[in-house]
Amino acid sequence: MNPALRILSPGLSLTVQDLGRFGARHLGVPPSGALDDYAHRVANWLVGNAAACATLEMTVSGPRIECLTEADIAVTGADMGLWLNGSSRRRWASLRVKPGDVLELGLAENGCRGYLALAGGIAVPEVMGSRSTCLGGGLGGLEGRGLASGDLLPAGPGQLLDAPRCLPWAPIYPQHHLLRAIAGPHDLLFSFSGGLDRFFGTTFSASPRSNRMGLRLSGPAVERNADASTGIVSEPVVPGNVQIPGDGQPILLLREQTIGGYACIATVLSADLWRVGQVKPGDTVRFVRVSLEAGQQLAAQWRGFLAATERLLAAG
Amino acid sequence: MGIRDDRPDIRLPAVRFRISGDRALIAVYGDEVDPAVNERVRRMAALIEASRHPAIEAVVPAYCTLAVHYDPGLINPAALGELLRDLEAHAIKAAVQPQATVEIPVCYGGEFGPDLATVATCNRLASDEVIRLHSQTVYRIYAIGFAPGFCYLGGLDPRIHTPRLATPRSRVPAGSVGIAGGQTGIYPLASPGGWQLIGRTPLALFDCGRTPPVPYRPGDALCFRPISADTFFRLAGESDR
Repeated sequence: MNPALRILSPGLSLTVQDLGRFGARHLGVPPSGALDDYAHRVANWLVGNAAACATLEMTVSGPRIECLTEADIAVTGADMGLWLNGSSRRRWASLRVKPGDVLELGLAENGCRGYLALAGGIAVPEVMGSRSTCLGGGLGGLEGRGLASGDLLPAGPGQLLDAPRCLPWAPIYPQHHLLRAIAGPHDLLFSFSGGLDRFFGTTFSASPRSNRMGLRLSGPAVERNADASTGIVSEPVVPGNVQIPGDGQPILLLREQTIGGYACIATVLSADLWRVGQVKPGDTVRFVRVSLEAGQQLAAQWRGFLAATERLLAAG
Repeated sequence: MGIRDDRPDIRLPAVRFRISGDRALIAVYGDEVDPAVNERVRRMAALIEASRHPAIEAVVPAYCTLAVHYDPGLINPAALGELLRDLEAHAIKAAVQPQATVEIPVCYGGEFGPDLATVATCNRLASDEVIRLHSQTVYRIYAIGFAPGFCYLGGLDPRIHTPRLATPRSRVPAGSVGIAGGQTGIYPLASPGGWQLIGRTPLALFDCGRTPPVPYRPGDALCFRPISADTFFRLAGESDR
């Protein structure tokens, strides 16, 4: 397949991601996938792709990329700017590029992760049903690793758009994030100590030690019940679980782990996980408690909003 | 389908459930690392998968719990809990495969197991005795996780328990077999690590191009068979092809 993009410089961390790899969690293969799946989906819809196509996930600082074919691209997510051959272009909109064009993104001014979609999708080989890069397992993406200068990326079959597309609104990411969460699975280990109430009343700050494995938070220690041990017999974990290790500093698990050995006090709603992808070191985070029933209603509403957004963009 | 077994086992403690977000339920069959509890988890994972219920997206078993990922648009957690109880009470025997035993060839000591002597010294044993004790046990794969294909094994002989390295290695080769405290395990992929390395298997334990990508499943039995360095290189050559 002919290459469509050449990486000139990757920025801080550049990986290929799609919606994730779901068939082998029982064998220790984590989901991986775009951390802000909302921005990822919109980028794809803007160039006429299905949401499941692979995009480039850019972290904190953006890449420089040479275009090798005529195609439509779109950049969404964190505001890293967007320059085509040195002139500024609109984000959250489709952009026609020609061979020899150079795209450049800078430091994220707002948010943490940006997404670049290409018509036809980034066509690295599918591994176990997904093109997402799992850095810990060295699989998916391009040779299971982050992208580097000189890498060539192929595009899948795609068509040029009849008319340019843009999202009529662009999310502005806050520096103080409210994340709705359901108590549990191990909330009872924190209920008598007052830890559960304190957890939902505390403003935490995001640590620079965060990565795709987990968002590490710091604040007053979340205390477990006097009779609760630090570790638990390892259990399956899901994206959004908030672990409380021995030091009481929460770790919000993202998409790179399947089993964990620490008690989880709460779980962020699936409908709010995309927001977590935009939390950058130094930002503050507070968890807002919702019931399971309310959480499932909010999740259903969010899926409805995504479907409406897709229809809007497809209509042009 | 197979014959239904309608006699519920009244000796089993009732399953409990924990909520893990808006799309997953954790079924809890016990609180301890126990082969009987883990066997119940293995059976349940097989029964849930065999049910092919449209609302169930995935089942992930661990030591004494399993996660059921579900579509909340199709089922609510209370109904899902009932479904799991019902699947167990009316278990379809044919849905549960017998526990498989997987044999992993290991070349112990030398360049493949640089810490074999440390494990021997720590426990006041000869190196050969460490190999004998490590390879005569049939281990249970309680869970697979932490890394793709990494198995949590139970059953290490207390006579060869050994603390982790004080300073972890920056790179442990794929296939390395190690001991950390009361645990033994195999590194399926090259990674940093602090386990005492006593040997290495020439088998590629995780190969994402292969179906299935790992040669065992949660709940299987696993044993180690000592091999010579010559056999190691021969098997490694076959594994490459």
